[in-house]
Amino acid sequence: MRGQEARDQAERKAAMATLAQSSGDDIVRLWNEAGLPSQAELLRGPETGLVTLRGRIGGGGAPFNVGEATVTRATVRLPSGQVGHCYALGRDKQKARLAAIADALWQDPARRAEVETRLIAPLRSALATTQEKRRAETAATKVDFFTMVRGED
Amino acid sequence: MDIAAQSIEGGFADPVFNAQTVFRAVMDAMARPGSVQPLPALARPPAPLSATAGAVALALCDNDTPLWLDPALHASAAIGSWLGFHTGAPLANTPADAHFAFVATPAEMMALDGFAQGTQDYPDRSTTLILQVSDLVSGTPLLLEGPGIETSATIAPAQMPRHFIEQWKQNIQRFPRGVDIILATAEGIACLPRTTRIKTMEA
Amino acid sequence: MYVAVKGGEAAIRNAHSLLADRRRGDRSVPALRLDQIVEQLALGVDRVMSEGSLYDRELAALAIVQARGDMIEAIFLVRAYRTTLPRFGYSKPIDTGAMLVERRVSATYKDLPGGQLLGPTFDYTHRLLDPGLAAGADVAEPLRRETEKLAMPRVSAILAREGLIEADGQMPQDHVPGDITREPLEFPMARDIRLQALSRGDEGFLLALGYSTQRGYARNHPFVGEIRIGEVELELDVPELPFAAPLGTVRVTECQMVNQFKGSAKAPPQFTRGYGLVFGQSERKAMAMALCDRALRASELGEDVVAAAQDEEFVISHSDNVQATGFVEHLKLPHYVDFQAELDLVRRMRAEYEARENPTKVEEKREAAE
Repeated sequence: MRGQEARDQAERKAAMATLAQSSGDDIVRLWNEAGLPSQAELLRGPETGLVTLRGRIGGGGAPFNVGEATVTRATVRLPSGQVGHCYALGRDKQKARLAAIADALWQDPARRAEVETRLIAPLRSALATTQEKRRAETAATKVDFFTMVRGED
Repeated sequence: MDIAAQSIEGGFADPVFNAQTVFRAVMDAMARPGSVQPLPALARPPAPLSATAGAVALALCDNDTPLWLDPALHASAAIGSWLGFHTGAPLANTPADAHFAFVATPAEMMALDGFAQGTQDYPDRSTTLILQVSDLVSGTPLLLEGPGIETSATIAPAQMPRHFIEQWKQNIQRFPRGVDIILATAEGIACLPRTTRIKTMEA
Repeated sequence: MYVAVKGGEAAIRNAHSLLADRRRGDRSVPALRLDQIVEQLALGVDRVMSEGSLYDRELAALAIVQARGDMIEAIFLVRAYRTTLPRFGYSKPIDTGAMLVERRVSATYKDLPGGQLLGPTFDYTHRLLDPGLAAGADVAEPLRRETEKLAMPRVSAILAREGLIEADGQMPQDHVPGDITREPLEFPMARDIRLQALSRGDEGFLLALGYSTQRGYARNHPFVGEIRIGEVELELDVPELPFAAPLGTVRVTECQMVNQFKGSAKAPPQFTRGYGLVFGQSERKAMAMALCDRALRASELGEDVVAAAQDEEFVISHSDNVQATGFVEHLKLPHYVDFQAELDLVRRMRAEYEARENPTKVEEKREAAE
């Protein structure tokens, strides 16, 4: 039971991470294609604020404050009662609202599969494609060192 | 209702204007000590945090203001998560770390000097206390004098802390350090900033 | 006596509308769009984000347009904007070791796990102006090389295995990271607060100070242990979720400077370190920051404080270009009354001086006048 709960939390967090990283346009397009319900009561936001970004001294030492980033958040409740949240970098309020609804729908066992396959999976695969492309482009700039042999032996 | 649901219900319906209304009331009450500023019930926090005290919390507290809750409020997990969700304010480890302290039962509260008093250089770094009192007329009358009071003002808050007049005298002696008090009732708020003197009434 | 003077309202209004006109320039030239700036002037955008201390590309682009390309004015605009927003909290510390790397080089190890990745760099270009860009020529897609995902540990971790380098900077267990946007600066300051100030500090100022350390003013023998640029994930602990809320990714530049150190009464001979971390792709800034961070650790490491770059109060008090520009530029605002008083003072001093230096001449003058 504990194991199942941990797995659920990890999956929910992964879905939220995918939504946070995706563009608002992509979310709206897939939302409309999937015909997901966008009706929900707004409990908070969508509102834009700041999160102070922290790094670590030397990369792995004590934390320090680097600077701030704009973040937009929303909390919604579905007619069926589930409460969903979204926090995402940037100032896209519509994206935050839809992502919060997606989080609420995801928590409804009857809706989870639909949200995963119609919304999260295509977003995730688009992100993976972009990341893979960037990784491959960077890999092409990797330095291959050649040892120059000098002298007779 | 479970804690999760309680913690997200009852925030400001109109965050900007509601916060402005409460801020205005607090500012006027601080500027005119002893005056009672009416305040509609704009927030619905979990009991025993009152609607007025809850509204003050929503208007004044944020991520940068650690809060201290008295034992009566601390006992309710729903209050901590309600304040956390709506204000983002963390709970202070000790009263001396608190920017704001919420007190549901002032009659049983710890001494005023246990809270942050500010420093000589930064007297603003003291705790602002929000005391929930049932009314401002049935307690011991307090005759007030000081900045913002033309001649004198009187309030009689019920269930005030023990030895309050003596404690307040000591608070004034710490000036410019010292705490400020917001008295929250169902009808509205009144304030006792650290500059207000309580005149002892000759019996 | 102080006399308040009012006026100039119409002049100010007209000046601002003239500014709007000149900013737009020739109307037959298409207006810039923000996405063009974000995409094509990306490093300028990154500088405004890093010194404006606000990660938001579109806002930085807007600030650049509004400031007509004046970077310090743009940084000022961004700083002013950020004060209007509520703060949701402090993120969990980012893990630069888990970065999706877009560039990573080391000057200390040729063969390091993950390799040397040049990425989109100006290094090794010939610095010849390119007429093709002026003509708007098409640009080819970059080449790709398919490789397996390789772990890219920070170079500092590799050096640490030999025990010849100091550890990542630590603070006492109960230390809460300081925040210069909340607490006034106090000297001496802890390293975490210094790093926050350096990260938003002026690139030119830090570059000049870093350069001064290389030229012998507090020499500290630096090598670039590693520079890495790429995207890291950002997370925020919030009370309503049982896990940290994922916020998305941000691009940062990290520089690990490694410095040879002869040892002192306080520390044995070893490699010491300076650290730089800034928003966006800002390599020069991250390197300058790391050089300054190391120089400012002089007293911690038992070195003599002999140069400007080691003087914490000097460096940190003057590194913020918004503060600096405010104080320098305020000199052009009306000081009529102050100057009138100065004028009177100088006239009086001059008269006294002449009376003292040349009594006869003053006497003659007076007689001539009579």
